[in-house]
Amino acid sequence: MTSVLLFILAILLAPFYSAVILKVKAFFGGKKGPPLLINYYTLVKLLKKGSVYSTSTTAIFKIGPMVSLCAAFTVLMFLPIAGQPPILSFQGDVILLLYLLGLGRFFTIAAAMDTASPFEGMGAAREAYFPIICEATLFMILILFYVITGELSLAAYFSSGQPAGFWQAAGAPLLFVVLALFIVLLTENSRVPVDDPATHLELTMIHEVMVLDHSGPDFAFIELGSFLKLFFYATMVTRLICPVTIGHPAADLVIFLATMGVVYVAVGVTESVMARYRMDKVPQFVLTSFALAFFATVISLEFLK
Amino acid sequence: MRTDFLEIGNGKAVDRDRIPHLAFDDFRSQAMGIVDGGGKVVQYFAYEDSGGIKLLAVLRTDRLLAAGCDAPEAYPAMSLTSEPFHLFERELAEQFAIRPEGHPWLKMVRYHPNYRGREDVFGNNYTEDIPGNYDYYAVDGEEVHEVAVGPVHAGVIEPGHFRFNCIGERVLHLEIQLGYQHRGVEQLLMNVDARRLPIIAEGIAGDTAVGHGLCYAQAIEALTDTTPDAGARIIRTIGLELERLQNHVGDLGALSGDVAFLPPANYCGRMRGDFLNMSLWLCGNRFGKGLVRPGGVRFPMTDVDRETLAGRLEELKPQVRHTMELLFATPSVRARFEECGAVSTDDAHKLGLVGPAGRACGIAYDARRDFPTEHYAQLIIPENAKSTGDVYARARTRADEVLQSMDMIESLLKDPVQTQCDLPSEFKPMSSAMVVTLNEAWRGEVSHCVLTGADGEIVRYKVKDPSFHNWNGLAMSLRDTGISDFPLNNKSYNLSYCGFDL
Repeated sequence: MTSVLLFILAILLAPFYSAVILKVKAFFGGKKGPPLLINYYTLVKLLKKGSVYSTSTTAIFKIGPMVSLCAAFTVLMFLPIAGQPPILSFQGDVILLLYLLGLGRFFTIAAAMDTASPFEGMGAAREAYFPIICEATLFMILILFYVITGELSLAAYFSSGQPAGFWQAAGAPLLFVVLALFIVLLTENSRVPVDDPATHLELTMIHEVMVLDHSGPDFAFIELGSFLKLFFYATMVTRLICPVTIGHPAADLVIFLATMGVVYVAVGVTESVMARYRMDKVPQFVLTSFALAFFATVISLEFLK
Repeated sequence: MRTDFLEIGNGKAVDRDRIPHLAFDDFRSQAMGIVDGGGKVVQYFAYEDSGGIKLLAVLRTDRLLAAGCDAPEAYPAMSLTSEPFHLFERELAEQFAIRPEGHPWLKMVRYHPNYRGREDVFGNNYTEDIPGNYDYYAVDGEEVHEVAVGPVHAGVIEPGHFRFNCIGERVLHLEIQLGYQHRGVEQLLMNVDARRLPIIAEGIAGDTAVGHGLCYAQAIEALTDTTPDAGARIIRTIGLELERLQNHVGDLGALSGDVAFLPPANYCGRMRGDFLNMSLWLCGNRFGKGLVRPGGVRFPMTDVDRETLAGRLEELKPQVRHTMELLFATPSVRARFEECGAVSTDDAHKLGLVGPAGRACGIAYDARRDFPTEHYAQLIIPENAKSTGDVYARARTRADEVLQSMDMIESLLKDPVQTQCDLPSEFKPMSSAMVVTLNEAWRGEVSHCVLTGADGEIVRYKVKDPSFHNWNGLAMSLRDTGISDFPLNNKSYNLSYCGFDL
């Protein structure tokens, strides 16, 4: 029951947290920024609208947003929120989740290619390239976690006090993992310095350009899907940097939500204090996450012996 | 080299009979000789005169040189060896159906029928949309693709078509197609009521209202032998420098926004507004429209005005300086700006780049220093030349000019010279005269050339915006550059569509 409630809470809160990033960026830019509820207004606005479909697109274009949203929902069901066990869990679910997110991306890319727009093709090529490196990083982290816990499920990694166990087992190298995971978060969610979610320039976009042709409810699905995806990655980072559980669900939830806020603020600060990388430098940046995860794993494995 | 070209002054009227009328072959070889020796083309155009078509060229070395000749129907293109003539010859072919034989890229410029009603050089009948009878450059092969952008863009900007030939993320060639904004400005300037002229001149390129307005006013003053008083000259100088500040500051902010570095983008956006409001205070228009008129300025400057503007400037100066420091001291911004879209000095000379774009490539030319008008002869204009020719050099040049312009305005505001604003309402230009005016607007050299007939009527009004030179610089910048860096390069030039299209 608690798991289902937390699942619903996560869906409801994800748009709020994304707006925190906008507020932080506005603060650095000396502006007031949009209201914290802006994303809810946007979603409601989009859901009220009709969708426009180009005559050159096929059913793939309409399926894309739904598949990516459903993938995000499903992934969230496996995610232990605030240390509570998730709704679903089984041995090996991590691998399923990684590829569920991959499936969502595949359909977004397919929908983008379906429009036959040269912009969207370019965006799709970039979107397909960078996550490959992220995948290598995530699997490297997975190897480390598997060796420490002997399990292959998110529930085993992030429920109750387990993240603290990682710190006990791996020690300082886990800092590398946190950093690597943060880089993956930035890359997978099209944040600065990899992508610029605020730009209006199609030629420089990665994720945004792929969804240019979606409108109305379809676009709302995509937006909600991306809020949930960011929430998913932020939860993992949060549990790693704040692995404490008091044992009282409400108190744990408060600690969790506060730390989530810190992670989102960190994303906002990152976006405010640096420019995005030149497109051909992005792979080097993402590869850094792999290097970090690799070293963390090698050092920890040696240490565990 | 000996030349028959006549030395003329910037904004000085000359009797048309005094301009050397050469045989075409002499004209061609001497013009090419001057340009090959490092000269640049300021104006090169045709006009109708007593039934025939004549050519007139105004070239610049460290002096302004002019000569004319009878126009042939066709002639061997000068662009073959003297590249700076390239676009001028295309314009000539389009306006007067004079064919430059063997021209390396004989393509229409603005897409309109020629003024003479002759057979079209480009084989267009102008019933089709742009580009008519013209095939864009195309590339073919594995991994090669074309991206077409515009003419309708995703922002509120002017129309222009960009065709990228790419291999993967790398641009092999960018072809820029303009002409969507062609309004027939030059023809309009010859045919409308004289009272509308300043308003049309200010509207040639809306972001260079003072620059074009000044060129027009100086031309009319030269033709009527009028000299504005010292106070008016100072106010005009302030107006032109304010225009420079507004645009440079706005563009530097936009450059910062394009690399997703938001703080300077936001600050610059606000400060641009502050500079626009200084123009508003000066003349009641944020873009400086209505400030400059032949004979002087329409609005005087009182001591209160000087104090107000000086006070605002004093407040803005440290803010601007800090923002520039923040922008250029951030490593991730430097990483994006440096070595992005570089144009070599040699290419810049051949393209004839002007203004900050030219100075970024090492061409120190600045009309404010080399052919000073208004109050500029009394001011020290630094050289500002950079050597790298990349986005960083263009941004840095513009940032340097921002700081210098603020100093200039500050010193000018300390000079309490009065001006009379009783402008003459009627002008009677002298008969059969020619005048060329050059001013360094924020984009670079703006030039107007006016020819009058026997009764002092305007028989030819030629306008040249700096964008006419610099659009091909942008195309050159994109060679072998990532396509995702196009917006950054585009903003570092920020060229005018309507100023080019006329």
